[in-house]
Amino acid sequence: MRKIGTGIVAIAATTVLLAGCSGGSTPTESGDAGGGSGSALVVWTDANRAPAIQAAAEAFTAETGTEIELVEKNFEDIRNDFINQVPTGEGPDITVGAHDFLGAFVAAGVVDTVDLGAAADQIEQVALDAFTYDGQVYGFPYALETIALVQNTDLVGETAPATWDEMVASAQAAGAERSLVINTAGQTGDAYTMYGFQTSFGAPVFVQDESGSYTSEVGMGGAGGEAFATWLGAHGEAGSGEISTTIDYDTNNELFAAGTAAYTVQGPWAIEALTAEGVNVKVSPIPSAGGETAAPFVGVQGFYVSSESNNALLAQEFLTTYLATDDAQRALYEADPRLPAWKSVAEEVASDPIIAGFLASAANGVPQPSIPEMGSVWDLWNAAQVQIIKGADPVGTWNTMVTDVQAAIG
Amino acid sequence: MSVPQGTVSESAPPPQTPLSAAGAEPHGRRWNGLGWGFLVKLLLMAVVNAFGLMGIFSAVQAESWVIATAAAVLLIAADVVYFTKRALPLKYLLPGLGFLLVFQVFIFGYTAYIAFTNYGAGHVGSQEQAVEAALIQGERRLDDSPTYPLAVVERAGEYGFAIVDDGEIKAGSAEQPLETVGDAAGSGVPTEVPGWNVVPRGTFLGDTTLQNTVVELRVPVSDDPNDGSIRTRDGSSGAVYLSTLTWDAEAQTITDTATGTVYEATDRGTFQAADGSSLATGWVVNVGFDNFLTLFTDPALLEPLGLVTLWTFVWAALSVIVPFAMGLLFALIFNDPRVKGRKILRTLFILPYAFPAFMSALLFRGMFNAEFGVINEFFFGGANIDWLGDPWLARFAVLFVNVWLTYPYYFLVCTGALQALPADTLEAASIDGAGRVRQMRSIILPLVLVATAPLLISSFAFSFNNFTVIYMFNSGGPAIPGAPYALGATDILISAIYDISGVSGGAADYGLASALSILVFIVVGLISALAFRQTRKLEEYQ
Repeated sequence: MRKIGTGIVAIAATTVLLAGCSGGSTPTESGDAGGGSGSALVVWTDANRAPAIQAAAEAFTAETGTEIELVEKNFEDIRNDFINQVPTGEGPDITVGAHDFLGAFVAAGVVDTVDLGAAADQIEQVALDAFTYDGQVYGFPYALETIALVQNTDLVGETAPATWDEMVASAQAAGAERSLVINTAGQTGDAYTMYGFQTSFGAPVFVQDESGSYTSEVGMGGAGGEAFATWLGAHGEAGSGEISTTIDYDTNNELFAAGTAAYTVQGPWAIEALTAEGVNVKVSPIPSAGGETAAPFVGVQGFYVSSESNNALLAQEFLTTYLATDDAQRALYEADPRLPAWKSVAEEVASDPIIAGFLASAANGVPQPSIPEMGSVWDLWNAAQVQIIKGADPVGTWNTMVTDVQAAIG
Repeated sequence: MSVPQGTVSESAPPPQTPLSAAGAEPHGRRWNGLGWGFLVKLLLMAVVNAFGLMGIFSAVQAESWVIATAAAVLLIAADVVYFTKRALPLKYLLPGLGFLLVFQVFIFGYTAYIAFTNYGAGHVGSQEQAVEAALIQGERRLDDSPTYPLAVVERAGEYGFAIVDDGEIKAGSAEQPLETVGDAAGSGVPTEVPGWNVVPRGTFLGDTTLQNTVVELRVPVSDDPNDGSIRTRDGSSGAVYLSTLTWDAEAQTITDTATGTVYEATDRGTFQAADGSSLATGWVVNVGFDNFLTLFTDPALLEPLGLVTLWTFVWAALSVIVPFAMGLLFALIFNDPRVKGRKILRTLFILPYAFPAFMSALLFRGMFNAEFGVINEFFFGGANIDWLGDPWLARFAVLFVNVWLTYPYYFLVCTGALQALPADTLEAASIDGAGRVRQMRSIILPLVLVATAPLLISSFAFSFNNFTVIYMFNSGGPAIPGAPYALGATDILISAIYDISGVSGGAADYGLASALSILVFIVVGLISALAFRQTRKLEEYQ
């Protein structure tokens, strides 16, 4: 008898399951006859931005009757998942992403062009450029991000140093335990954070053509790159020791927050951690180490449309009509404070001195390359910087790295 | 509660057929008629069939023919096995075999399939998708084109666009270039188009097929194709676009009409021009043994991978031997009845094992930090020892972490094995005059090994692929100078595969990573098989 009992329970359970499945597969009636349909737009987002997109999505659903299904993902996973799932037809219609995904997306053939129409005039040019690949716009940019010099005003006052040497001198005069902390991601290396100093020696990672697009010609070789490598070695662990591979993101922020370090180079995402213990900060452009303007990477975040979307019209309309409004852009900013690419919102928030400082730094910046070749550069570039900081022969290590990069990108 | 009056059931139980009777069939064959059991089986099989058919239908809808075929074969096999009177062993084995096929064989087969393709950055879809991508990338909006209010119109089953331009309504279809059909009432979207029926937006937005028709519709501006054509992105406005790339399916070429360059489809999955330049998007093709050859011939990859392979073997071997030796030593000590408070101490020993490896590795990473870590501060008097940056120190550190994580396991296992040792054998040995060392060598160790050898082998296989500790502790760093894919001194093969598959960077190469996975599988499989054959010899001691 007990066997029969379990059998019946099992059957009952599976029946319920099956009923659930079949119930789920019947399309739910939604919308009105005049509007859209039961077809839903699938939008990938990360947890931070979900609430803001939700607000725009509700307005869209109310007006068109089209449901928007938000799928929350880890931001780090979006690049690969989008590339791998769109060709199989399982991908989303729209995803949030960084502009440096663009080259890989184009090479994989997973993104569609976007016609921003009138909205283009409302968006900062640098953001549009970042989402432009080979003369075509492939997304809807909405936020910029860059790193800047953050100083502890309790230690070194309000004066923003213009050069590296000034900065170190002022920190030493103030008696700070460490002049600055700069993240090297531990032993991994963080060429992204160092890039402002590198460009001040005139050694860009890739040469830009006259229109500002990156070519696949490596610009890190030659005198500029060697000068930067020498400088890095001189300030590394074997030199004066300001730059050390014992600093990773968390250590960096803790040391600064505790008042141990007078300066750091960080992005807006770290401000909360940097001021967690109540130090007062001022944000300003990165000081020059090599005489030229220190130009950090500017990253742009935005929305991409899948090339395999079955709702291309709806997806484009959602971006260019519903997200391209002051209210939607303000909601995005409030949900996840990044420098807005939407001009009117950018003007609104520029009154905040911290935001203004990051904007000033971004004005010096250069877009982070989005060409697919960049994917082969990071690892070698990071590793070479770590080796130089740890005391390897700067010029030799650097030139080997440049040769390796050239070989890797073919 | 009162006990119910009356007797036990009057009906006698049915007479049992004596099992000793010669020629009696096994119970599985003695089925006659439709008992309860059969009904339950019927219902269960109905459920299995329902699920199976659902799977087959969805696989067919998704056009996954391999999965559909496999599901159909499995379902037919299940029905045959459970409704035949024969095949009794299979009735027990089939569920397990099914899982083996789905979760082991299929995964391995799929990995093998990927290993022979160039699936990775720039090669993810079919050729059709690559062509589509090229056409998307080659179609540009004319710089001087205004944005026109646009309506989708229809005439005798043919769809077209109607736009408002300078107060005039112009309409046309794919075959019929734009022509003026009337005057616009306002500057908005045309609502009445003479000669055409306006299709309401809701109609084509709600119908995926129709929506795709609208997306793909191009209405030429004039008879000259170089003037471009009207295209809509949102269904309510249009602009003039001009496509510069044309696809010739016969010749398998894409031609750039602006420059005259002809891109030919190559067997490497790219569209390549005569001057060596190629279009951005490629597609997945079979490349034969190229990925395997790359592993052994590409000098940039060969040396780092060789180092990684050597270190993997050292790491796996030491990750088994050292913790086992430590565990056995502690087990021997704490098995001695003279030790006080053995239970509490044994419990304390389990702590590292009970701690999640993820967390431990991350904590140790901080503790080994050269400048701020407690290890340098407490144990080395504040010396600046670069635990994480020096290749050999990093290897030592990560081994130390893994030993700390795994020796309690062996402590547990060996304690169990020691407590199961036959006391009379040891007594006999000591009467015969065997000392401690002799007893250890000739009796304790062999008997403990009989119990633990299979565990040691599985532990070797596990350590060989212990991604967690390596990745969490130091991400495989410090980097080997000049190695591609961020291969590092503490990388083992599995974390090298992770780096090569480009999950974190932008340059993914799934084909290469799959080829490497297969080699790792073969190595681990061979070592395990050989080791299991060796352990049979140990059992002679019993």
